[in-house]
Amino acid sequence: MEKRELLVLRDILGTNKKIAGEIRAKLKEKGILAVNLMSSPGSGKTTLLESLAGRLKGRYRMAVIEGDIETERDAERIRAQGIPAWQITTGGACHLEAKMIGKVLAEVPADLDFLFVENVGNLVCPASYDLGESLRFVLLSSPEGDDKPKKYPEAFLTSHVLVLTKSDLIPRLPFDAARARREALEINPRLDVFAVSALTGEGMDAVEAFLVGELEKLRSAHA
Amino acid sequence: MHELSVVAGLFDILEEKAREAGAVRVTAVAIRVGRLSGVVPELLESAFDSFKKDTIASGASLRVETPPLRVRCRSCGKEASTEEPLFACPDCGAPGFEILEGMDIFLQKLEIET
Repeated sequence: MEKRELLVLRDILGTNKKIAGEIRAKLKEKGILAVNLMSSPGSGKTTLLESLAGRLKGRYRMAVIEGDIETERDAERIRAQGIPAWQITTGGACHLEAKMIGKVLAEVPADLDFLFVENVGNLVCPASYDLGESLRFVLLSSPEGDDKPKKYPEAFLTSHVLVLTKSDLIPRLPFDAARARREALEINPRLDVFAVSALTGEGMDAVEAFLVGELEKLRSAHA
Repeated sequence: MHELSVVAGLFDILEEKAREAGAVRVTAVAIRVGRLSGVVPELLESAFDSFKKDTIASGASLRVETPPLRVRCRSCGKEASTEEPLFACPDCGAPGFEILEGMDIFLQKLEIET
């Protein structure tokens, strides 16, 4: 019996990154802007998508992939807006992985403008898994507190956009939106920051305009 | 809390490499866990211990190394190495870094018996 050392030097999440890269290339080639939404549970991801569905409907084609540990509830909420939605139930896993998206994509129509992926509600684990998105959104709702960016830096570090949600509640809460924004920008100065209330519609025009602008950018880069 | 799926990914690579090398046993596994990888070394060790049963690495020990975070300031370009979270460049004071090391989890090496 011989004992020896074997040098490996392989990224353990490398397989996920590879699949994500393939998904990203495929979606970009089709001119589809894919957005991965991450946040704690109850920060308003589904409500934000319902609001966007109402706004984009008729002018843009969108679809949603929902990730949850259990139930079809979120997909049903999106379908009620007349938007096709697929539910992935992870059965306990705390995040979505690229191969789960790849499996669902086989059923998703290719003639889309926007594909939103609502990740499992969790401000930690989803940040480590590239899903092949072009844009990563992190949501932070005012009831969660303005101190979260520095407590959960990875989600803010890896995102392109921060959406401060439930802005209509701020007058009733000790939530300092300027602090949340400042601390998030200290972690990642390249974040685009929006403050919205998806329920009242406040701030949603800016998010919609941003998404449409990003879709145009993606289309012109891949024309 | 996704240590188990990280360990599953680790075993995919481990089993492939051990097979290629004609190993009969894997006796030690060394990994490098980035400080911003979102993975907790202690939980990874527990996940490894429950996963390794009935595999080629059933008797293997796990060594987890957590190297300091290495960053490059986006403003002045200086590189810094830190054990603690860093929110401003120690050199010029500006926020915003490119992460050079700290996001990934690497399987570094295996000790095998052939």
